[in-house]
Amino acid sequence: MQVQTHVDINSEWGIVAARQAGRKLAREIGFGSVDQARITTAISELARNIYLYANQGQIKIEEVSAGGKQGMKIIASDEGPGIKDLRRVMEDGFTTSGGLGAGLPGVKRLMDDFSIESEVEQGTVITAVKWLR
Amino acid sequence: MEDMKVSMYQLYKDMLTSYLEDKSEHALYHAQQFSKQMMEQDMSPEETVSMHLSVFQDIADDLPEEVTDSFDLLLEVMIGYGLAYREHQSLRDRQQELESELNVAAHMQRTLLPNKKIEIDALDFGVVSVPAGKMSGDYYHYDIDDRGNFAVAVADVIGKGVPAAMSMSMIKYAMDTLTDKQMQPSVVLESLNRVVERNIDDDMFITMMYGVYHPDDHYFYFSSAGHEPGFFYTAKDDTFVSLEAKGLVLGVSPKVRYEEQKLKLDPGDFVVFLSDGVTESRVNGEFIEREQIVDMIRERLHMDSQEIVNEIYEQLEKAQEFQLRDDFTLMILRRKV
Repeated sequence: MQVQTHVDINSEWGIVAARQAGRKLAREIGFGSVDQARITTAISELARNIYLYANQGQIKIEEVSAGGKQGMKIIASDEGPGIKDLRRVMEDGFTTSGGLGAGLPGVKRLMDDFSIESEVEQGTVITAVKWLR
Repeated sequence: MEDMKVSMYQLYKDMLTSYLEDKSEHALYHAQQFSKQMMEQDMSPEETVSMHLSVFQDIADDLPEEVTDSFDLLLEVMIGYGLAYREHQSLRDRQQELESELNVAAHMQRTLLPNKKIEIDALDFGVVSVPAGKMSGDYYHYDIDDRGNFAVAVADVIGKGVPAAMSMSMIKYAMDTLTDKQMQPSVVLESLNRVVERNIDDDMFITMMYGVYHPDDHYFYFSSAGHEPGFFYTAKDDTFVSLEAKGLVLGVSPKVRYEEQKLKLDPGDFVVFLSDGVTESRVNGEFIEREQIVDMIRERLHMDSQEIVNEIYEQLEKAQEFQLRDDFTLMILRRKV
């Protein structure tokens, strides 16, 4: 049974709890300190987005393995307002210039795999994976 | 990749060891050079911090726990810098892409301008046109029609850069649809005005001066659509007068009539067409006077038209420290014999 953790995000405490859980799992899987910090930053950004734009949602982290590789998956989901223009939020310089931190392009860079699904008025699900090298 | 990291690690370790031994400037110089290598190999700030800690742990015994722990904090902070660095790299790539797209567009735009040699014995013709940026909002035209008449035009789109350049190409295509019979200046401007009025935004305007020289009787006919007045030089009196004709800028109103003027060109007489990039050149922060342009031409009356316009451009470019504020077009048409 692979490890799975859910953290509800509805306050800044939730963000810290998600970071903590993420870092712990990353360490257990065997990520080095730089990758641990990257994964944690990615979780942090995703959780903050939930908190800021959807008020509440969930971060799920789990260990994954595929093709002999081991890794860690983050799934951030909310039932918030959704994102109208995905291409725009994935553009460099769009969110960061507004002072919103790394933004989604940053999360994508920190992780190896990244996918996003969003429906206006329905919510957003972002999945990101980091593989152990 | 991993091999490279190992060798970077070793290099960094040697460097740090040597520095800790003698604290020399030489070792620091090495580190500065090494940072270029790290960037070339895409090493991020957070990896650098992490490498520093590992190397340090390697060469220093009994590091206090606080020192090691403090690196957790530094690493976290550096992740943000690392992201900013990567974003910068990707924006720089994007900028290069845009730049090369713009170069292609600028090249296409240049092909819209005429480049054939004028072979009319009685005429000495010269033109220089330089955009302030990559793309130009100025347009010039010259052509010989079936009857051997020589048409010249300078147009200036109010505005600069890409939007101005796109409007400029419209003028070119509209002119291509004119037939020789329509090469009468007032008629040309009337029909261009209709095209422009229908096709561009209300907040864009184009000014234009159009003239036709008839080599048979040496009359020069011209009309202006709110364009910067040119000059007319008479050799006999050695005087310059403003070349003006009444007419509204293109694109404001669908039905506009343009006044048409005519001049007789005697040998040595010439007309000058220009865009406001010439008269709005700034020397020492002040607009130059039209009188100064006249003086610059007057000093060069012995040269041929192309040399005159080239030299005036070079002089004004230099006086503005090679920073053009507006697209610059200057054209001279002189009757030789």
